[in-house]
Amino acid sequence: MSELRDLYQEVILDHVKRPRNSGALAGASHRADGDNPLCGDKVTIFLSIEDGRIADVRFQGRGCAISLASASLMTEAIKDKTEAEVRAMFERFHTGLTARDEEDAANALADLDKLAVFGGVREFPVRVKCATLPWHTLVAALDRATQPVKTE
Amino acid sequence: MSARQAVTASRSLDVARIRADFPILSRRVHGKRLVFLDSAASAQKPQAVIDTERHFYEAEYANVHRGVYWLSQRATDAYEAAREKVRGLLNARETREIVFVRGATEAINLVAQSYGRTFLSAGDEVLITHMEHHANIVPWQMLRDEKGIVLKVAPIDDAGELDLDAFARLIGPRTKLIAVTHVANALGTVLPVEAVTRLAKMYGIPVLIDGCQAVPHQAVDVQALDCDFYVFSGHKLYGPTGIGVLYGKAALLAAMPPWQGGGDMIRAVTFEKTEYNELPWKFEAGTPHFAGAVGLGAAIAYVQSIGYDAIATHESELLAYAIRELSKINSLRIIGQPRRRSGVVSFDLGGVHPHDIGTILDHDGICVRAGHHCAQPTMDRFGVAATVRASFAIYNDRDDVDALVAGLSTVREVFRL
Repeated sequence: MSELRDLYQEVILDHVKRPRNSGALAGASHRADGDNPLCGDKVTIFLSIEDGRIADVRFQGRGCAISLASASLMTEAIKDKTEAEVRAMFERFHTGLTARDEEDAANALADLDKLAVFGGVREFPVRVKCATLPWHTLVAALDRATQPVKTE
Repeated sequence: MSARQAVTASRSLDVARIRADFPILSRRVHGKRLVFLDSAASAQKPQAVIDTERHFYEAEYANVHRGVYWLSQRATDAYEAAREKVRGLLNARETREIVFVRGATEAINLVAQSYGRTFLSAGDEVLITHMEHHANIVPWQMLRDEKGIVLKVAPIDDAGELDLDAFARLIGPRTKLIAVTHVANALGTVLPVEAVTRLAKMYGIPVLIDGCQAVPHQAVDVQALDCDFYVFSGHKLYGPTGIGVLYGKAALLAAMPPWQGGGDMIRAVTFEKTEYNELPWKFEAGTPHFAGAVGLGAAIAYVQSIGYDAIATHESELLAYAIRELSKINSLRIIGQPRRRSGVVSFDLGGVHPHDIGTILDHDGICVRAGHHCAQPTMDRFGVAATVRASFAIYNDRDDVDALVAGLSTVREVFRL
């Protein structure tokens, strides 16, 4: 149970119940769709970028608790950040969930504040793509991708 | 032992003894007893199958239908003996009606590509149901895109039953093939295939039955069914992966062109012209997976040694117990309530995503399928993206059901349902 509680932390469950920044964003400057064909998770990320910063962000989607909470927490974490900062955050987030070395993983997550609740996902390798789907989709939106992204 | 007890004993199945036949069931997962409830995806293998394959490679292996030497003859005999076992399993009239393929998917593709491309033309209709596996949808869509045929889909009701009246109404002058599953893989519905073939025969329409989820659970008699094609995968019947069966009536198979060319399927080749081999080898181009076929033969012998009566009694009792226990769980909704169910139960628990449930159950050593079960149209019909599916086999017992129920209460705890 404790390992499961590490995965499904209170913060995660809270964001599943009450997703933040959910819905479409009228007048978005960037958007991308992502899906995970294995589990049918789908997410759309809307961005409004002004002067190189994320002025507003919304998400729409359906999926498992991990992917929904990841999308919700991501939208909170990236607001007001620059594009470069956001890309660097994803790098660290990805390392934190996939690094072989436990210390590398912990270090990567250390300065990501609330996003560190996803540290438990590392123990469940098949679920990593659930947590990273919103981020991959975000990067696709930044890249102004026109093709839906698939998770790795 | 009283006469009544003796009758019961002869028909019942000793699960503990059967479990001992499956080496993998004694391993632990995450420190817990392995609770394997995903046999509808692929069944575990009994020692008899593992030993047979091993012995074949160690003592009897050489290519089939080629060598003049003794060992090649032994291998060929073993391969053809496996074909005879399959014939017996399905009660086909002749062994030449049994074609070995990679699995049910390949068998359906073979029929679509060989029979379909030859005998169907633009505007002709193939009739399927709303609860087919993708393997009995996509090959017909490919044929539609190539030849302009029309794919008709018979509806199902809220219980997950085929609407037989609607099915009958969909049969028309352009219907050239009917392809239905015997048991629906996502819902467990046993389809009235006898009624389907009876209807089809009135109009002289060939029928293909996807028997993947039926063959592990019930005796099948293709002559009694009077179907034209019957397909199944060996790995769901406790056999090896990569081997499956296409049964086809000899007259139909004989009229069909080969779908892959190569060695073994020919009688004589010149650069001008090739004369094809006889049935069934006409459809077995290249070196076949004969070691897998030999393993499948052992799996069939194993199942027959237990007997389908005992299997059916055990599994239906276990399935009834599972449904009874699952129904007691608050906010659990079983998807589909067919009158005749076989092998599987699909459900939703309080809207929690099946992958979250799958992860939590896995933590307790419980293997279930979480997803769309390669049957997305079925999922759409019931308004869900995915379900959790527990499926049962000869080696499952009440302890497995109890573990599942306990695991689901952990899910409720984690998600505060």
